[in-house]
Amino acid sequence: MSADIKVDQVLDAKGMSCPLPILKTKKAVEALSRDQVLKVETTDPGSKNDMAAWAKRTGNEIVKVEEGSGTFTFFIKKTA
Amino acid sequence: MANKKMTIIASKGSLDMAYPPLILATTAAAMDVDVTIFFTFFGLDIIKKGNADKLKISPIGNPAMPMPIPIPTLVGSLPGMEAMATAMMKSMFNKHGVATIGQLLQLAQESGVKMIACQMTMDVMGVKQSDMIDGVEFAGAAAWLDVAADAQINLFI
Repeated sequence: MSADIKVDQVLDAKGMSCPLPILKTKKAVEALSRDQVLKVETTDPGSKNDMAAWAKRTGNEIVKVEEGSGTFTFFIKKTA
Repeated sequence: MANKKMTIIASKGSLDMAYPPLILATTAAAMDVDVTIFFTFFGLDIIKKGNADKLKISPIGNPAMPMPIPIPTLVGSLPGMEAMATAMMKSMFNKHGVATIGQLLQLAQESGVKMIACQMTMDVMGVKQSDMIDGVEFAGAAAWLDVAADAQINLFI
């Protein structure tokens, strides 16, 4: 399903707890150009709500979220 | 649009109570919020040079403290119990991929969190400005109030 999303950068935040996935995501998105997409993988169950809140607050767009067995994959487009 | 502002007063110097101000400060900075932390009383211990990763947690007076076996209060006051509780908490944090206080402090500084140390409590407790990590400013209640009056979020921890 995510094959149609062009990923420009990948961030592995698996095994990290709050607030590290958000802090690492912020840094990684800052390094992108506008409209580029960051793929973030996490295992923190809180990260689903946290990532949504972060994106809303910073004006970036979560294009897609995938849930696997204990992992979450976010596709975040830099729109801010 | 101007950034939102948050201030935190960090008044505690135990391992567990050092986490909330630093977690909230780093996260707020990552969410484009301008953050100021005012360190006072025992909170000063968090920003003393080389001290961030030496903070301890006490098993005394905390019925919620997880212990391998239930420890009576009197036993918790024995020598070595504080070190044991601290080592146990650190190992639990590490196992769950939680950043250390030192790492969070560094991340806070890198992301532009402003840190103010309370000069009055430093004087009372004999703490010198040179005892503090670089980048800390020194001021009193009025400096915090000036920032807090324009902030949307003000927390006392």
